[in-house]
Amino acid sequence: MEAPYGKLLEVNDLSVAFRQGQRETLAVDRISFDIKRGETVALVGESGSGKSVTALSVLKLLPYPAARHPSGSVRFKGQELLQLREPQIRHVRGNDITIIFQEPMTSLNPLHTIEKQIGEILLLHQGLTGEPARKRTIELLEQVGIPDPQMRLKSYPHQLSGGQRQRVMIAMALANEPDLLIADEPTTALDVTVQAQILNLLKELQTRLGMAMLFITHDLGIVRKLADKVCVMKEGKIVEQGPVERVFTAPSHPYTRALLAAEPTPDPAPVCAGAPVVIETKDLKVWFPIKRGVMRRAVGHIKAVDGVSIELRQGETLGVVGESGSGKTTLGLAILRLVSSDGPIVFLGSTIAGLTFRKMRPFRRQMQIVFQDPYGSLSPRMSVSDIIEEGLWVHHPDMSRAEREQRVIQALLDVGLDPDTRFRYPHEFSGGQRQRIAVARAIVLEPTFIVLDEPTSALDMLIQAQMVDLLRALQKRHNLTYIFISHDLRVVAALACRLLVMRHGKVVEEGPAAEVFANPKDPYTRALLAAAFKLETSPEGVVAQ
Amino acid sequence: MGLGVPPERHLLALSPLNRRRWQSFKANRRGYWAFWIFLVLFVISLFAEFIANDKPFFVHFDGRSYFPVFVTYPETAFGGEFETAADYRDPYLQKLIAEKGGFMLWPPIRYSYNTHNLDLPTPAPSKPTWMLTEEECKSVVERKGLNGCSDLEYNWLGTDDQGRDVAARLIYGFRLSVLFGLALTIVSSIIGVAAGAVQGYFGGWTDLLFQRFIEIWTSIPSLYLLLIISSVLVPGFFVLLGILLLFSWVSLVGLVRAEFLRGRNFEYIQAARALGVSNRKIMFRHLLPNAMVATMTFLPFILSSSVMTLTALDFLGFGLPPGSPSLGEMLSQGKANIQAPWLGISGFLTVAIMLSLLIFIGEAVRDAFDPRKTFV
Repeated sequence: MEAPYGKLLEVNDLSVAFRQGQRETLAVDRISFDIKRGETVALVGESGSGKSVTALSVLKLLPYPAARHPSGSVRFKGQELLQLREPQIRHVRGNDITIIFQEPMTSLNPLHTIEKQIGEILLLHQGLTGEPARKRTIELLEQVGIPDPQMRLKSYPHQLSGGQRQRVMIAMALANEPDLLIADEPTTALDVTVQAQILNLLKELQTRLGMAMLFITHDLGIVRKLADKVCVMKEGKIVEQGPVERVFTAPSHPYTRALLAAEPTPDPAPVCAGAPVVIETKDLKVWFPIKRGVMRRAVGHIKAVDGVSIELRQGETLGVVGESGSGKTTLGLAILRLVSSDGPIVFLGSTIAGLTFRKMRPFRRQMQIVFQDPYGSLSPRMSVSDIIEEGLWVHHPDMSRAEREQRVIQALLDVGLDPDTRFRYPHEFSGGQRQRIAVARAIVLEPTFIVLDEPTSALDMLIQAQMVDLLRALQKRHNLTYIFISHDLRVVAALACRLLVMRHGKVVEEGPAAEVFANPKDPYTRALLAAAFKLETSPEGVVAQ
Repeated sequence: MGLGVPPERHLLALSPLNRRRWQSFKANRRGYWAFWIFLVLFVISLFAEFIANDKPFFVHFDGRSYFPVFVTYPETAFGGEFETAADYRDPYLQKLIAEKGGFMLWPPIRYSYNTHNLDLPTPAPSKPTWMLTEEECKSVVERKGLNGCSDLEYNWLGTDDQGRDVAARLIYGFRLSVLFGLALTIVSSIIGVAAGAVQGYFGGWTDLLFQRFIEIWTSIPSLYLLLIISSVLVPGFFVLLGILLLFSWVSLVGLVRAEFLRGRNFEYIQAARALGVSNRKIMFRHLLPNAMVATMTFLPFILSSSVMTLTALDFLGFGLPPGSPSLGEMLSQGKANIQAPWLGISGFLTVAIMLSLLIFIGEAVRDAFDPRKTFV
């Protein structure tokens, strides 16, 4: 979009420094960019590169005085924002520039209705109350595509889905028809299908209202689809900026090239027909009872997993995909007997369904799990060595100290970490390194079967590709069997040779991955694929809203 | 953390988190000073026997050394007539030792908490010695052949209604209160944390039944029950500890239960379960450290409320056995003897200062464990 208008936002030579005790760290280092009216600029980079800090400093939302700006200026419509006093900047915030955040679960107040939260903004900036405010709220909700806005006014945030909450957030951001909308990873916490819907909505609203957008993301696919201009950030600096087409076709900086090449390459392990069956379930069910009344009678069930049969042979990878709430994680936990379930589970020839925790213990050595969140899955109070060693204590109590240490060192080498770091604590490691530690904890017991529960979705693109390579290398080296649970079909495509598509606890499609990707039979699978690879939405009713 | 960080951490070195907590604790100046003042007072009071005692800590007699603070010697050891324990304050014994060229090293205050001053110039409760007029001293001064009031053995804060030195009783009383409070706090924390841990970790019916039990238990009027029990059992240090424990352990349960309920769904707990780690190990190694933050924050407040409970019971006369150096008893004497304000004032100041220090420390500890508190 060429600029018929002047520059809306000019950021010049901006730096941000944070002070902690005596140390000062530079989070953003002399960056400059500008946004014209009606233009979309994307800030791309891995976590910790200073994208969000940049966006927050435009609105002076940083924790001053712990944060400060050693240099630079932020000019909005020719007015210097960094020098403004608090009451004046408050007028700019929410009126001329608005912001939507990543986490729709926590950005809305759980104790107020939708009407009250949108109404508050209308009252603050436009002085609207009563009937006019109500009319405007309904109009806004209609604009962001919330069905039945009349009915939704009295809803509380917990009654809405994640996508709907993000829509409400957008409605709040649009309430005063801002000139600039800052979107800080607005779709990262959402499913691929919902992500596609939200992106479409933003694009459509932007053209209709003619506002400019500063879009922060780590997903290059989104940038390509949405932005006019892109700034690539690394370690607080903008290393490359320019029109999207130019940056994507002819990247000049090596980091941009690395980012663009970071797409995980598909190379799944082949299906071995003759290999022994590692795990088999038949009609596996996990039903959570819904209890009502004084007597706590079960009046119905939430069918988290409803009749899933799988058969998995040694050395192969089964990909399990679906939106959140489809029961993929519950299936993984049920197979490992971490939630109670109905239906036979056979592991390496022995039935493990219905065994007590104690009787399950010998099997645990053979079956492991890696969780999604590398920040939550490691105990913050234990050193890396203790974390990895814990399984050895349980399963090899008679192992000598030196032997255990040897196994820990070997596991760390296997996942590509320096064994000398094993006495450090998790908080000293980055997200990707932590996930490697979690993998090391799983493989130190030399298991045959590992459930990988979205092991890459909390990681940056570059790290994701490395993680996929690591998992594949480990699988080949130790002949491991994986169940790979993910909503990110691009990663699944890189690892899985067979695919299981789940929805509402049921399997909607199953088959060799290549075949499912090439010609999906079920409309739901088609919708998932379109959303993941082309960021396209599907007709209503096929996927969640 | 840069490359300069050594891979190995010393066992005693504080983790970065704890170092930050110590910094926040220090940043609360009032609490920090209260902590040191309290610590100094407490350590001093631990050595109360060397500060206020009716026995000297060293006697040189007939070329031999005696340590009466540690060993009870019979009077005969110093040439007396009876096999009973030597009374070093007795002028007769003092004369015996002096005659053999011996000497005694006395603590600064020559009274213990249960020493009756037999040479009171006025009827008990007697004024602090420095407040006495020469008129009032006259009888004792003449009897002992001294020059004036200033030659008397000083009762710095006067005596109570049984002629016992108030200063000595305060020192011993402070120690007893703090030790009792600490014992009660530690034992009730252990029980409370264990009960909360079991409830929170297992949840479901265990939790439900336990919660209802605690609700019933806490609705028992504890003071009445304490009065009834202490009229049946002879109240000593440990009996009282046990009785108070019956009701004080519940204070931490809710807190720890909530922490465990929250913590048991953390992914690293799930991961430990997937490794086959036993429930007990998970609770101890993974969950307890989380709950300890909340517990530590509460601890100073529990300590001060334990001290207060003991003082209240003593004040009512249902606490420690008669003769024990107790602050509550001092307060009740102060109430009974309005004409002797040194009793009430000293008792009040001691209790007030002790509790204030504990509360200040508690506030600083709370700051230290607050992750959102930043000091710029």
